Amino acid sequence: MADTAVAPATGHDAHDDHGAHHTSTGLSNNKLAMWMFLGSECLLFGGLISTYMLYRGRHSENLGPDQVWDIPFTSASSFVLLMSSLTMVLAVSSAHRKDDRNTKVWLMVTALLGALFVAGQVYEFTTFYREGLGFTTSLFSSSFYTLTGFHGVHVTVGIIMLTSLVGMIGKNRVPGDKAETVELFGLYWHFVDVVWILIFTLVYLIPA
Amino acid sequence: MTVTDTDQHHDTHEGESHGLSDMGYVKIAVFLAVVTAIEVALSYTQDQLGAAFLPLLLILMGIKFFCVILYFMHLKFDSKLFGLMFYIGMFLAIGCYGVFLLSMHFFSS
Repeated sequence: MADTAVAPATGHDAHDDHGAHHTSTGLSNNKLAMWMFLGSECLLFGGLISTYMLYRGRHSENLGPDQVWDIPFTSASSFVLLMSSLTMVLAVSSAHRKDDRNTKVWLMVTALLGALFVAGQVYEFTTFYREGLGFTTSLFSSSFYTLTGFHGVHVTVGIIMLTSLVGMIGKNRVPGDKAETVELFGLYWHFVDVVWILIFTLVYLIPA
Repeated sequence: MTVTDTDQHHDTHEGESHGLSDMGYVKIAVFLAVVTAIEVALSYTQDQLGAAFLPLLLILMGIKFFCVILYFMHLKFDSKLFGLMFYIGMFLAIGCYGVFLLSMHFFSS
């Protein structure tokens, strides 16, 4: 009983000098929660992707995927997002080495690459709109804009999170284990990249 | 929960690993870029590939998908419990929306 009374003071969710967690699983609860969240996100994007797959053939003759897609441009955007995953993992690696300077540099590069991707998406949407493909033009356009728009919002949220994290690291205001916090942000960012890997192939490369 | 139990949990925290070296990550990224380039090249040669086009593209997509989650997201090196949380959601989505598309006669059309 005395042991039971002592344990909470040094026990659940407390951090030692290395930032390790004492939990019933022996694993970080934050990381476990992030993985659960990403699992639930699979259901969100699964719904959007399958809706697009179902409706991709529902369009007028001259405003379908084969007429509006610009594969070289989208390939370049995909490459940018893929490289942002590399810079993110390098940020996580630097954070584990407690190298704050490089962590901030890699996080900023990741945010910039993400911003470049979003800028490309805005340009793409604008081009499609000028060609006559509005949100309500057809079932194809509605499902396409909803799917890629949701993904774009996720990237934008990621950019805001990354820039906030850089600011917090700069002011040394990251609560708890800094390396784990960077890793959690990294998991979210990589997931956004993983979703784009699916969208790029299923939406852009496979003909309607 | 005892103090001894708590110490033991601290030890099991070692199940979380930091993964590859920086050069290892660069190699994975180069591999992903090459696979993406192959995917794009395949999309321009779909007439020549015929029925093999779709399976090839889906296999390459799967390779990229698992490369990112296993290496960049550290699932290969971390505790299996993290992977379980993700795979439950992923397979639930595949099953649920697979049935949804099947019921809409997506695969037959």
